[in-house]
Amino acid sequence: MTTTLYTSDHEWLAIEGDIATVGITDYAQQQLGDVVFVELPKIGRVLKKAEAAAVVESVKAASDVYAPVTGEVLETNPALAAEPALVNTDAQGAAWFFKIKIADRNELGGLMDEAAYKAHTA
Amino acid sequence: MPAPDDHDSLLRRTPLHALHVSQSGKMVPFAGYDMPVQYPAGVLKEHLHTRASAGLFDVSHMGQIALRPKSGKVEDAARALERLVPQDIIAIAPGRQRYAQFTNADGGILDDLMVANFGDHLFLVVNAACKDADEAHLRVHLSDDCVIDPLDGRALIALQGPKAETALAKWCAEAPSMKFMDAGPREVAGLPCFVSRSGYTGEDGFEISVPAGDAERLAKTLLENPDVLPIGLGARDSLRLEAGLCLYGHDIDTTTTPVEAALEWSVQKSRRSGGTRAGGFPGAEKILAHFDQGASRRRVGLRTEGRAPVREGALLFADATAGEPIGKVTSGGFGPSLNAPVAMGYVPTSQSALGTKLFAEVRGQRLAVEVAAMPFVKNTYKR
Repeated sequence: MTTTLYTSDHEWLAIEGDIATVGITDYAQQQLGDVVFVELPKIGRVLKKAEAAAVVESVKAASDVYAPVTGEVLETNPALAAEPALVNTDAQGAAWFFKIKIADRNELGGLMDEAAYKAHTA
Repeated sequence: MPAPDDHDSLLRRTPLHALHVSQSGKMVPFAGYDMPVQYPAGVLKEHLHTRASAGLFDVSHMGQIALRPKSGKVEDAARALERLVPQDIIAIAPGRQRYAQFTNADGGILDDLMVANFGDHLFLVVNAACKDADEAHLRVHLSDDCVIDPLDGRALIALQGPKAETALAKWCAEAPSMKFMDAGPREVAGLPCFVSRSGYTGEDGFEISVPAGDAERLAKTLLENPDVLPIGLGARDSLRLEAGLCLYGHDIDTTTTPVEAALEWSVQKSRRSGGTRAGGFPGAEKILAHFDQGASRRRVGLRTEGRAPVREGALLFADATAGEPIGKVTSGGFGPSLNAPVAMGYVPTSQSALGTKLFAEVRGQRLAVEVAAMPFVKNTYKR
């Protein structure tokens, strides 16, 4: 079963077992505007929670995407290099950024469920 | 209802503010004004629309100043203004416009501006962030010869793109016969406007100065044409960057001379060494020395190998791994028409030749860049 959680920095995590698939929310892509480039972390890199993990660039500006939890990067989304605009069309689906092996499940306690995230962006 | 932002009361509004809000413009502070950075279409589509069709820009935050000669002779105002700029102002024919810079004693640039000869006076358009300082500068140096008349009661609308001519022709029959850099009073939709065939996008187009009280009506009239869409400051910036045009405070400032900034083309021979009115402007010694002996650094265009944009502030290096920075990016971003990153910055003149391979540091990594010709996108001015 997949559980989806959210951060206050507008990342989503789809959690299956001890692996989280991470991306930015639809709300975030709307705020950013047209995405023209995505820089992803190297596979094998161990990210600390809240560390800058990826960069998403619009025509106008670059924005950091933070690691929502501590863990090792297992996989990144190759589709984003060829088609960064996927972030605008399918932010919470095909435009996932990376998969991370959750090192400490206790860190999930600080994240929001969908209802809480909706309230956060209202 | 969203709560009003705290900064709202401090920000000035242009006569088109209500129109921007009604068009769902995303409003941001810019040069002391509450301005639309984009509309719902977004920067990318607004940029491409301007290159393919026509875009309407509110540039009313910019300063419009009439320089009226006390003698009644426009050449006296031109002669006076030549004390502050390295351009040949006397040679601007009635109905014509020219790009200029106010320079300082060190040869740096205080502001860049447009100067038009309206027959009995000069009409200046200056940058929003500099307009108060420019007005004071003009008063200090030119008050003996000219009345400095800030035209605060006028808005400024830019209409840019391949369909701008047709869009404007419906309301101003003379528009199609104007050539690039023609400028002067024209009636538009029956309103007393000043129209110039110029802009800040690299596209053919017009800038229209209109009485503030009529500005919204004129903008709505022009927007009735489905080819014309409102365009925000975000696309204005990416359009001018692709066109290789300088943004004051970024690509040029008080520390850059016109020669370092690769603006030699804007300084006519009459004001250079050996010219009929050589020198006689602030910083002439340094600027003419840069013309005669060369400057040690130069503004250049930069293209990247990959798709990662290189932005303002990125340091430039000659080597992929070692060495001290040799220069800095002053403007950079993504060029939607090129579908690739574009940037400009300053490098040592010895490393400014087209095709020179350099490296830009982005997030701790040195990315390969190459000195490239500007404009990045061919301009389409009607000469």
